[in-house]
Amino acid sequence: MKILAIDTSNRPLSVAVLDDATVLAAITVTVHQKHAEYLLPEIERLLAMAELKPTDLDRVVVAAGPGSYTGIRIAVTTAKTLAATLNIDLVAVSSLATLAANVPVEGALVAPIFDARNQNAFAGLYRIKNGVPTAVIADAHTGIADFLAAVNKYGEPVWFLGDAANFSDLIATTISAATPAISPWLNLPQVATIGLLGQKLTPVSDVDRFVPNYLRLTQAEAEWRAKNPEEDTESYVEKI
Amino acid sequence: MSPTEKRNLILAFESSCDETSVAVIEDGHKILSNIVATQIKSHQRFGGVVPEVASRHHIEEVTLCIKDALAEAEVGYEDLDAVAVTYGPGLVGALLIGVTAAKTVAFAHNLPLIPVNHMAGHIYAARYVEPIEFPALALLVSGGHTELVYMPAENQFEIIGETRDDAAGEAYDKVGRVMGVNYPAGKTVDEWAHQGKDTFKFPRAMEKDDNFDFSFSGLKSAFINTTHHADQIGETLSKQDLSASFQQAVVDVLAEKTKHALADYPVHQLILAGGVAANKGLRERLERDLQSNPTTHLVKAPLKLCGDNAAMIGAFAYVAYQHGVFADATLNADPSLEFDWAADSVK
Ligand SMILES: [Zn+2]
Repeated sequence: MKILAIDTSNRPLSVAVLDDATVLAAITVTVHQKHAEYLLPEIERLLAMAELKPTDLDRVVVAAGPGSYTGIRIAVTTAKTLAATLNIDLVAVSSLATLAANVPVEGALVAPIFDARNQNAFAGLYRIKNGVPTAVIADAHTGIADFLAAVNKYGEPVWFLGDAANFSDLIATTISAATPAISPWLNLPQVATIGLLGQKLTPVSDVDRFVPNYLRLTQAEAEWRAKNPEEDTESYVEKI
Repeated sequence: MSPTEKRNLILAFESSCDETSVAVIEDGHKILSNIVATQIKSHQRFGGVVPEVASRHHIEEVTLCIKDALAEAEVGYEDLDAVAVTYGPGLVGALLIGVTAAKTVAFAHNLPLIPVNHMAGHIYAARYVEPIEFPALALLVSGGHTELVYMPAENQFEIIGETRDDAAGEAYDKVGRVMGVNYPAGKTVDEWAHQGKDTFKFPRAMEKDDNFDFSFSGLKSAFINTTHHADQIGETLSKQDLSASFQQAVVDVLAEKTKHALADYPVHQLILAGGVAANKGLRERLERDLQSNPTTHLVKAPLKLCGDNAAMIGAFAYVAYQHGVFADATLNADPSLEFDWAADSVK
């Protein structure tokens, strides 16, 4: 199975091409955040190095959020358009789980965190089971203090990844168990890992209807829904 | 079969604002399909387009629009000659979805990618009425733009005048809101205008100035002052007369400036295009004005193609294709893209 894996959820851009369990080519770039310009050229370059054509692909695996709205939109639009136009499988993985997959320690608790400003974060808690990150606390947009308090209840060492350094003081005062020191490398998505995981996952059933996992309504919609709790939210786009 | 006999097929994308559209266009002037998914109902909840919401809707629709466009045109990817996409101007998050999807389709099927300026697309909606003859002048009026564009030859666009403040469509939405009409207000105000009379004589801005620029903020303020004053003294004004007075002022400014421009730029065709080009009052006025002009004739974009759609993008993309204008996979959205100003114009 030929797989393309994509993650542009935050500042890093990560792309990998795999043939079953073999990683053919992989890159992670952090020096810019011009995903709109560089994602497709990087995909082109990697496929060319792997001597593959787009039509050789069997499956696209995408980190579908949470993350920067623009970032997850570019990854998901690229991935779903590729899957739709080539009629191949689309597999979606949480962008937080993608980071958690960096930790190869069986049984470890991993807490990937994306800073969402004002002491808020996108965060989840994962346990590595048979090499696969399994959600223990579901991904959410949450106050960082609340998230850390929930994590602390497990009373176990936790691997904090992603933007955790932004909250190091709060982590030190909240989490009583030891937190392993990590290489900064582990804070970056290595999307080949979800390429490997994605071979076993069930593809998205409706590629056309697939959207990023924003984990947050837009402010306009949140306010509107608060005022109109009874309204149906499905049918706002019409073909004319 | 020689290559010249083969029909040229372009898959065109448009997502600059609140419509997701994909079309298949044959030889730049035949619409095989033109799928438009509009988000108007969604944004009406907020009284105007919310960019983040628009972008989210585009992702929901884009691959469905591709499939429907190909199915309705009864063609496959192997039949296509190129992929075209609006890359600006517009809302950046909205543009990005069309650009990303179009780039991906072009890459997946090894097709050339044509970058299209949304405003060139609006002008080329007129191509579905008749071939464009050069030199031509276009009056582009929409929710985001009001400009006069001179086209000395094919694939050349020069701005000779534009709005200094609000676009005409924006002004329609604002006065519509004052009268309790939800966005987009143009159609209702146009209808009311035809039932009322120009009794308020609102100011016509810069009609006599020696340039081709427009301004609608003074008109808008006069309108708002008039309605506020009436509210304060408990008087109810006729919405029909308010609309007629507002529309007459807008149309006068647009028509006067266009007449001046035609005097300086003699052209074969005057093209009326953009969302506000669907306005009956404006269409009728320009028709009347041009009846007495022996050299220039009016080409009005078809009503169905005045709003945003991918068919118009495909029409211009065919011209760009002939001129060898292609983009690579780094193509990005350019929200403030605009034509250059004419070298001899007084800005
Ligand atoms: Zn437009």
